[in-house]
Amino acid sequence: MKKYKYLISRRTTQAGVLFLFFAGNAYGWKLLRGNLSSAKVLDVMPLSDPFAVLQSYAAGATMAGDALTGALIIFLFYALLGGRLFCGWVCPVNMVTDAANKLRKSLQMDKEQHSMEIARGVRYWVLGLSIILSTVLGVAAFEWISPIGALHRGIIYGMGFGWAFVGVVFLFDLFAVKNGFCGHVCPLGGFYALTGRFGFLRIGYDKDKCTLCMKCTDICPEKQVLHMVGRKSGAVLSGECINCGRCVEVCNDDAVKFSSIYSK
Amino acid sequence: MPERRQFILNGIKSLGLATAGGLAWSGFIEEGKSAPLVLRPPGAIPEKQFIASCIKCGMCVEACPYDALVLAKPEDDTPIGTPYFTARTNPCRLCKDIPCVPVCPSGALDKTLVSDKGENGELKLNINLAKMGLAVIDRETCIAYSGIQCDACYRACPLIDKAITVEYTRIERTGKHAMLAPVVRSSACTGCGICEKACVTRKASIFVLPRDIAMGESSIRYVKGWESRDEERIKDVTEDVKTKTPRSGKKPVDYLNEEVF
Repeated sequence: MKKYKYLISRRTTQAGVLFLFFAGNAYGWKLLRGNLSSAKVLDVMPLSDPFAVLQSYAAGATMAGDALTGALIIFLFYALLGGRLFCGWVCPVNMVTDAANKLRKSLQMDKEQHSMEIARGVRYWVLGLSIILSTVLGVAAFEWISPIGALHRGIIYGMGFGWAFVGVVFLFDLFAVKNGFCGHVCPLGGFYALTGRFGFLRIGYDKDKCTLCMKCTDICPEKQVLHMVGRKSGAVLSGECINCGRCVEVCNDDAVKFSSIYSK
Repeated sequence: MPERRQFILNGIKSLGLATAGGLAWSGFIEEGKSAPLVLRPPGAIPEKQFIASCIKCGMCVEACPYDALVLAKPEDDTPIGTPYFTARTNPCRLCKDIPCVPVCPSGALDKTLVSDKGENGELKLNINLAKMGLAVIDRETCIAYSGIQCDACYRACPLIDKAITVEYTRIERTGKHAMLAPVVRSSACTGCGICEKACVTRKASIFVLPRDIAMGESSIRYVKGWESRDEERIKDVTEDVKTKTPRSGKKPVDYLNEEVF
């Protein structure tokens, strides 16, 4: 059970947030209304996706107070807390891509097949493109095609053909690139990687305790952030870490732990 | 200098792929944007600004007590994730407290568009100011225009005798019957679509279209002298002629003296 402590907590928050949104629409619960694009807590505190608001600005919209305040709250929350907490703990697509990855593993895709590879930095290109296209076309460009939006909107308000967007991500991650969408393409992940770079909560690594079993890099969806394993102790400084804590769970030597950005 | 060459080639490759991706992406968006027949919630700002501002949160949909508003799914012929309603199946009921508008976080639904301004500048909601669309009548299929006494839309209209009136005319063909024909008044019609829902013909003969589709626009200079104070519209209109044609250099009186046609 201890081995899955964080995994279970993550699934609980991911499903819990979705359920509260769903209940807000279906049963009129007031705890969380709206969806992951913009929401209201107890009819008082607004929350908004800062990347979606940024795109709307680029598209030429004059956003009213609530969307702006909400975006600021969410931006500060994740920027201070650190890393891509949203991706690991809230975003529903994480469950889809984790499922694809699990199936990929049990089919032994990576051993039997040559894996397709694309650069981790593609997400920053897509991030830039999102802003440029929003400016040129006058709509929030990523929100238009976002499988994240299709999934949470679908679950809360009715799915329709939105399955296609989610299916593409699942199949892409399963058959094309390992950790393809969340780890390479998604511009929202890129956005939080940039803004969460200086946040507090980090994975800390202790070289003295490490036995180099490499289970942590094996399980990590963003391997490149664990480049220090076997080399030197310290915190994971890259903003690309989604703070999922899988590395902490699989480590049998107590060498990987949640810690702060200041840990040496 | 193979390294420099490599670097430049990598840069070109990335730019090229980004362009390719961007083109496909914008093609998809442009195709989806062209959905002019959509009916938006009350208080919606003009469509072009609306699709830029709407954050697709669905809070207006949650607020709608009649479940008339829905968020567009990919298969709906409307920009994805934006709210709309379908008049024939579930029209807007024109709630007095307009629950869908104040909850909008992004300003895509603007309270000022559905409010009267009080003396102290405070806003008082007035749903009758909504301009979601305009009902239009197909006179060829509307049975009232064939002489049958049907006033379903007129009776259903929340602004009865303002948005829909009934015009009495004599049916010349028989010489002894009256036609009670419904007529829509664009100044009062909110575009709620209740008439479209009420229409008894197989496919509705009165239906709501977005106002910019349903209406024409004439020059501001056509003054209706028989309407009180209609003249005031042209008070600030300049006398400059902006249209330039081969003839516009001449004075209007020249046309009376020359053969121009």
